[in-house]
Amino acid sequence: MIALVKRGLLYVFMAALGIVFLTPMLWLASTSLKEQGQVFAYPPVFVPDPVRFANYLDAFARAPLFVWLTNTITITVFALIGTLLTCSLVAYGFARLRFPGRNVLFVLLLSTMMLPDVVTLVPQFVLFKSLGWVDTFLPLIVPSFLGGGAFNIFLVRQFYLTIPRDFDEAARLDGASNWRIWWHIILPLSRPVLIAVGIFSFVFHWNDFLAPLIYLQSEGNKTLALGLRAFISPTDASWNISMAASMFLVIPVLLVFFVAQRSFIRGVVMTGIQGR
Amino acid sequence: MSVDTVARTRRRANVRRRMPRHRVREAIDGYLFIAPWLVGFVFLVSGPMIASLLMSFTEWDLLSSPRWIGLANFQQLFSDPLVGKSLYNTAFFTFFSVPLNLAAALGAALLLNLRIRGRSVFRTAFYLPAIMPAVANAILWFWILNPEVGLANLLLRRFGLPELRWLEDPATAKPAFILMTMWGIGNSMVIFLAGLQGVPQSLYDAALVDGAGAWQRFRAVTLPMLSPVILFNLVLGIIGSFQIFTSAYLLTQDGGPEQSTLFSVLYLYRLGFEQFRMGYASAYAWLLFLVIMVFSLVQLGMSRRWVYYEGGDQR
Repeated sequence: MIALVKRGLLYVFMAALGIVFLTPMLWLASTSLKEQGQVFAYPPVFVPDPVRFANYLDAFARAPLFVWLTNTITITVFALIGTLLTCSLVAYGFARLRFPGRNVLFVLLLSTMMLPDVVTLVPQFVLFKSLGWVDTFLPLIVPSFLGGGAFNIFLVRQFYLTIPRDFDEAARLDGASNWRIWWHIILPLSRPVLIAVGIFSFVFHWNDFLAPLIYLQSEGNKTLALGLRAFISPTDASWNISMAASMFLVIPVLLVFFVAQRSFIRGVVMTGIQGR
Repeated sequence: MSVDTVARTRRRANVRRRMPRHRVREAIDGYLFIAPWLVGFVFLVSGPMIASLLMSFTEWDLLSSPRWIGLANFQQLFSDPLVGKSLYNTAFFTFFSVPLNLAAALGAALLLNLRIRGRSVFRTAFYLPAIMPAVANAILWFWILNPEVGLANLLLRRFGLPELRWLEDPATAKPAFILMTMWGIGNSMVIFLAGLQGVPQSLYDAALVDGAGAWQRFRAVTLPMLSPVILFNLVLGIIGSFQIFTSAYLLTQDGGPEQSTLFSVLYLYRLGFEQFRMGYASAYAWLLFLVIMVFSLVQLGMSRRWVYYEGGDQR
């Protein structure tokens, strides 16, 4: 009997905690569907009545959301391709090929994982400015084609070490080059790790704010995350429209999460990414 | 031919003999495969770090050419009240938010590790806020923390508690940020959960046989077995929280009331990208870098005392 009560209390506690965690998100969704008058209602209204989908259209009228969305998709897709392609290439080099200085270079790679990116913020800007890349997408895309981040390389390399060498040795005896082995044998086997890396670089580039803030200036080049900033204004009371606009940023991330929930959670464990 | 050159030629011949053709080809391939990272390392990491160090000895607004001023930037760092203020704010934030988040994440993971129904539903609910885009989160919290119409004060009013000015009051602005980050514990929680599932059941069984209660099992089995994961989350948490920027920039761009939310990266951003004082910003970046490094190294050093590694005495 006591055990049963304890069990019941546990469920009540967990449910309460779940509600606490979900309230901000649900509040965002609910406000995005409210009429202006209901936004400030006291006591607060949780389920909008009537449901006003037109807020989403109003958001489009308020700001060039479509342009920002296109920019965000462009940057994210290219960054994703770059990350997946080059981190797998580099990981193969470190996992499978012997060359002088390999261990030293690998230690160097590991040490950059601990490096806070604030040190390189200013000089990287100077570099990209001198190349004339400021206010283009290049500073946001090109770094992804240069290995896609030390952590991703490390992760993929660890995965490659678990693939039996017999696979590539057999192909090598048949005269296959390293490039063929990488493309035809290793890459098809790396789905799980590449999905994990892919999900997180998607979320990272989709949500990223600092790099677009520094590099993108003209209105037509902004990403959604950067543009949405305009909706934070102490004088603007149309919260329902602001929330509707930010749903365009939130929904794709949620979709990826729910479609790939298993890989997503496994990916967190593998990558240990930490929000900022 | 001098003796020296003879020796060198012979050594080179030796190398060649030790490296047959296919090994040479393998090495060339190796460099080609890692070339993307190598290029990135030179141009995006080590090059910029050296440049940043050099820039920190100059005065440079990007328009005119940089002027060498020696250690003047570093001297100014120590007399600039906003440097002290921003470091204090960042340290304050880190000191409270990292342990709080770790404890909350561990607590949530312990709950999720119990044998209960609907575990994956609870896990999803606890995890979801962690993937909220920072900007959407800021829009949301800007409104939650609004003193007049925000959800936070509505709740306080509901329970008959005194209402707060949140981001408008220097006393509550930093705590408001600490509170906000509590919703983002999802990633550490999932990592803890994975760690918990790796603790062998046999250890708990043995503790039960010895008559250990729930708390003793937690102290004697769970905590030591989990300590490497705790260290991992701790170091990542410190590095991350030292670099808090986006939420602070979006919610209190001016640094908040009495500069109480002027965090380090926010000040760095202002110096570099609003005032274009590239040299001074670089000097501050190096100071911040050293502070973070010292903190991380101290953590790693202290960890020898409390982290338990299976299969080996680390000392």
